[in-house]
Amino acid sequence: MPRPEVQAPPEIFYNESEARKYTTSSRIIEIQSRITERALELLALPNDGIPKLLLDIGCGSGLSGETLTEQGHHWIGYDISKSMLDVALERGAEGDLLLADMGQGLGLRPGVIDGAISISAVQWLCNADKSCHNPRLRLKAFFGSLYRCLARGARAVLQFYADNVKQSEMIVTAAMRAGFAGGVVVDWPHSSKAKKSYLVLTCGPPSLNSSLPKGKGQDGAMCSDEDESDDGSGDEDEAQTVGIYERNRPKKRQKMKKNGKGKAWLLNKKEQMRRRGREVPADTKYTGRKRKSYF
Amino acid sequence: MRLLTHNMLASNARGAVTGYPLKLQVVKWSTKEAEPNPDFLRGILPKIDWPALVAATQALGLPELLPEAPPTDAELSAEGAAEDEGSALRRLHRALLEIHIEEGTLVCPDTERCFPISRGVPNMLLHEDEVRN
Repeated sequence: MPRPEVQAPPEIFYNESEARKYTTSSRIIEIQSRITERALELLALPNDGIPKLLLDIGCGSGLSGETLTEQGHHWIGYDISKSMLDVALERGAEGDLLLADMGQGLGLRPGVIDGAISISAVQWLCNADKSCHNPRLRLKAFFGSLYRCLARGARAVLQFYADNVKQSEMIVTAAMRAGFAGGVVVDWPHSSKAKKSYLVLTCGPPSLNSSLPKGKGQDGAMCSDEDESDDGSGDEDEAQTVGIYERNRPKKRQKMKKNGKGKAWLLNKKEQMRRRGREVPADTKYTGRKRKSYF
Repeated sequence: MRLLTHNMLASNARGAVTGYPLKLQVVKWSTKEAEPNPDFLRGILPKIDWPALVAATQALGLPELLPEAPPTDAELSAEGAAEDEGSALRRLHRALLEIHIEEGTLVCPDTERCFPISRGVPNMLLHEDEVRN
């Protein structure tokens, strides 16, 4: 299955049925909460027991927010999909939810937020889903507004899936231009499925405590079976041993039947094209007929 | 949406200078009780825009809830403030974290752009021609 980002814009892809999965699939719930826990670890909030005001960008159905609430923090969640926010309301999310597009900027007062996390959301900014969308401008608006609203020294941890090296470069460059210090931490870099990239950003000038933490499994250790899981596409070839970095894996070749596709298939295709307003030759008794075998 | 979030939120539309504070027009609001945390309130108080918070409580029809001036640190850390219903701490806690706006509108002070709130979720989406780039 292709990644969600290449299928449809977020507000359309996360429709009611897709949003429903986030309440019913225990697998998705488990993965989301595990990523959130790791993001919180990377966020490295001071361990003084005082609750903080955090942002959850792309909060969706509030799964990541639940982990924040468990830690006692208050949070403000941004999402563009109304269906996902409806699910979040149903689940009784403790944070405040906003229906907003992060590519338009966050719209917060400067310097008030203690930290931000984002789970699998930033890569959506690389898409141009409407003619008015310019990924660079949207990334700039997002990181610029994030930088402004964070308190000095606050961190942001953004987990993302980049389609290719170029995309991840584009995201990191936009963050650096906005003034952030930091970089990408990759967990399980040798595993094709468990690999997760976290953009760890610090607001303000680089200092001792803004040095990047190390990713998990970088010394070649492989993750255990329970860590081996992915967010979007679970039905990939299990026997694969070589990781492919590009998330668009080569498609499987379609199997051809010995006798071709058959008359019914052809008629159906022609009907489809007619419905789309294409010019299609009329159906006759010759349409899709058997050919002579010449050999 | 709680008043804590309203206090942080600004309009992002083209033409807005600061876009803050968003004027609050409330149709329906509710109270959900929460455990007061003095440490959190002390930490967040310097970041609160006090006049905007007072204006928001007045828009809710609760002019008595908060005083003109923000409470001092000593008032917030006073002995037994968390248990006393009328203390400055409890009032601040109620204003920031217990009042939820369910239905209403947020109005940008500069452009008069309206952001509707439905089921407690403000719709901050902008049209193409309102985006600031």
